Amino acid sequence: MGFEKFLFYVLAAITLVAAGMVITRRNPVHAVLYLVLAFISSAGLWVLLEAEFLGIVLILVYVGAVMVLFLFVVMMLDVDIATLRAEFIRYLPLGVLIAVVLALEIFLIVGPANFGLEHFPKPAPLAPEASNTEALGLLLYTLYVYPFEIAAVILLVAIVAAIRLTLRRRSDCKYLSPEQQVKVKKGPDRIRLVKMPVERAIPATSRETSE
Amino acid sequence: MIALSDYLILAAGLFMLAVAGIFLNRKNVILLLMCIELMLLAVNMNFVAFSHFMGDMTGQVVVFFILTVAAAEAAIGLAILVVLFRNRRTINVQDLNSLRG
Repeated sequence: MGFEKFLFYVLAAITLVAAGMVITRRNPVHAVLYLVLAFISSAGLWVLLEAEFLGIVLILVYVGAVMVLFLFVVMMLDVDIATLRAEFIRYLPLGVLIAVVLALEIFLIVGPANFGLEHFPKPAPLAPEASNTEALGLLLYTLYVYPFEIAAVILLVAIVAAIRLTLRRRSDCKYLSPEQQVKVKKGPDRIRLVKMPVERAIPATSRETSE
Repeated sequence: MIALSDYLILAAGLFMLAVAGIFLNRKNVILLLMCIELMLLAVNMNFVAFSHFMGDMTGQVVVFFILTVAAAEAAIGLAILVVLFRNRRTINVQDLNSLRG
């Protein structure tokens, strides 16, 4: 058993166990952390498949940004876990049944009979100086430049949508409006001169009687 | 040697666990979103494996775009979830029946 095979089986086992933990843990925070474990071991598998850039992107973007966002939301929401898990046992037989049937169907197709080494031989390993990032970038900025820009627009739309959805004006907090502040002119907006008639001094005697 | 079928079986197992998770945790929207992420991971694993064994970089480009869209989906989904929780004080799917669907 070569080192590559050993790595594959260890990483695959960690991925599957972590995925199983994700769907069975009672605490959503633990589920997110197991999902992080699944992603990291998958990144290792991708590096094994000579997709180094995507493996690193999976860790940096997915674990570093998306999963942290999940963790943030899970910790921010005060979720009552007990009621959410009440029907877990009820749906267990149905879920296991559907999963097993689905798995058997897929395994029949993708097993070694159709996708074994004799059908798809292992490609020769790339040279040590071959750059996966360079190859991906060459493809991404020439042939796939329009999809790349569409992906950028999708991310922009996601930013706008997420901010717009969660933005709210709190009525109980005092805040200054920056647009009003920059519109202030030097003369009339800062000092207001009020014309009023001269007050008449009240005599001391009448002040005492009025009190 | 590791064959393509090994990676495909691993991805199928991941996908199967995610489907089972959607059935088991059908009340919790956060876990549903996480199961969708697991499904996308399984699909990406297939793409990367085929890309490697067929010597075609296009599979990795597709994975790149799937990661982009999945990040956007997670951000918007979680934003909707936060608004939902702020308005209804719950993320139980079965309480969200205003549309009577």
